Amino acid sequence: MNESEKNSDGTESVLLNLGPQHPSTHGVFRLRTLLDGEEVIDVEPIFGYLHRGSSKLAEERSYTQVITLTDRLDYLAGMSNNLAYITALEKLTEISPPERARYLRVIMVELMRIASHLMGIGFLINDLGAWITPLMHMFREREKILDLFEMVCGARITFSYMRLGGVSHDLPIGFEKSINEFLDDFENKIKEYENLLLGNEIILSRMVGVAPLTGERAINCSVTGPNLRASGVDWDLRKKDPYEIYDQIDFEVPLGEKGDNWDRLVVRIEEMKQSVRIIRQCMYGLPQGPYRTDTDFFVRPPEGEAYGMVEAPKGELGFYLVSDGTIAPYRMGIRSPSFINLTVLRELCVGWKLADIIVNFGTLDINVGEVDR
Amino acid sequence: MTLELTKEDIVPLLVDQFKDVIDLDADQNLYINAENLHEVCLFFRDDPQFQMDMLRYLDCVDYIDHFELRYALLSLKKNQSAIFKVRLWGRDSLEIPSVVDVWEGANLQEREIYDLMGVEFTNHPNMKRVFLWEGFPGHPLRKDFL
Repeated sequence: MNESEKNSDGTESVLLNLGPQHPSTHGVFRLRTLLDGEEVIDVEPIFGYLHRGSSKLAEERSYTQVITLTDRLDYLAGMSNNLAYITALEKLTEISPPERARYLRVIMVELMRIASHLMGIGFLINDLGAWITPLMHMFREREKILDLFEMVCGARITFSYMRLGGVSHDLPIGFEKSINEFLDDFENKIKEYENLLLGNEIILSRMVGVAPLTGERAINCSVTGPNLRASGVDWDLRKKDPYEIYDQIDFEVPLGEKGDNWDRLVVRIEEMKQSVRIIRQCMYGLPQGPYRTDTDFFVRPPEGEAYGMVEAPKGELGFYLVSDGTIAPYRMGIRSPSFINLTVLRELCVGWKLADIIVNFGTLDINVGEVDR
Repeated sequence: MTLELTKEDIVPLLVDQFKDVIDLDADQNLYINAENLHEVCLFFRDDPQFQMDMLRYLDCVDYIDHFELRYALLSLKKNQSAIFKVRLWGRDSLEIPSVVDVWEGANLQEREIYDLMGVEFTNHPNMKRVFLWEGFPGHPLRKDFL
């Protein structure tokens, strides 16, 4: 970033520091922006304020204890993080869970996807100036999902629900009734959100055509998740490389066209509808039987390595585990979708106005806990 | 399902062009010499049989006497993936060519490895620390840090 350079008309550019705070309050994030009047010339993201060294901490803990660290990466989607880690660990140890556990995992992960997308959309609209009201509508539904999680495993944010060879708890009595009530209600709520948001003139004028990202660029920048699909690339691990029971489930992958802010918003809303479909099918087909297999608490995987990944709400979340045969991982690498999606942030912001930065950043839907790890 | 290309699938296609660059040892992993990394990456990206258009994940492991970088590639067009590794011997002044001009997605991932592991990527457009501040002593993910 060259600050002293004069603009073509002889005026000087202004360096503006945004932060350290998160414009959407999911963590602490800082942007150094170079402005020519209101136009953005350059953007440099600076992060690491939430760096806790999860990979290093994992080297000191047993494989089971590491599950609690994964909860705290993307704290809006703890279930998905648990599942990604357990997928890698199950590849390493070659333990497979019973069928019922697979269904339970998919139900929880899809509920988590809805909750995470609700927060992504809610804070985005909050940043656009619709202060609090739409956000509270989103929070209301998220609370109901957290209540369901509390029924199942007792925790609301840090679940540690997925375990090696299964899940920690079976469904409690009355869960089926509660989740069906929630799903019936939520389908109406999605219609309410669409009525509230998608016809709004301010949202349309600030999002349609703003900060487009071509599919080719998105792929080259390793962008994954809803941001990639908004650019029209049909890539969803649940379809292309199915894990758990996704190959037996009927659902669609919503795609955008231009990859602008509008597409990124609409893809997330459509994904929530598909998640409801998936959960309904899982609840209908939920088999009886055990929900976990017996495994050692201090599991010792054979020497080797494994990479397990899932389609988390923010993109492809992967864990890379290297085992040296002891009770703790020799190395745990985390492919964090929020972190890698930030590669395109500069490209999305340069050339647009200062006020657009907040929207472009909001539609990327990152979580700083996962960026910094 | 994503097709995972194994060493047996990849080596016959690579050998014609890169006789000297591949480390053909008995290991099941495919190792590539650091000097030729850039050409091999371009080949993986542009060859019609691979079309690896995304650098899925770049990771580094500290094995005390050497560091091992693991490049996981993904082809969205052909739905296949490939993995190769690069070994860097020693612990000081480790250097490897950057692949940012092949896959832009390497940008932040290489900076992270520089920050936490201390492997420097030459020709990287912005080789700075990403999580920790400039002047932080050492590289925390190395085994001898703590």
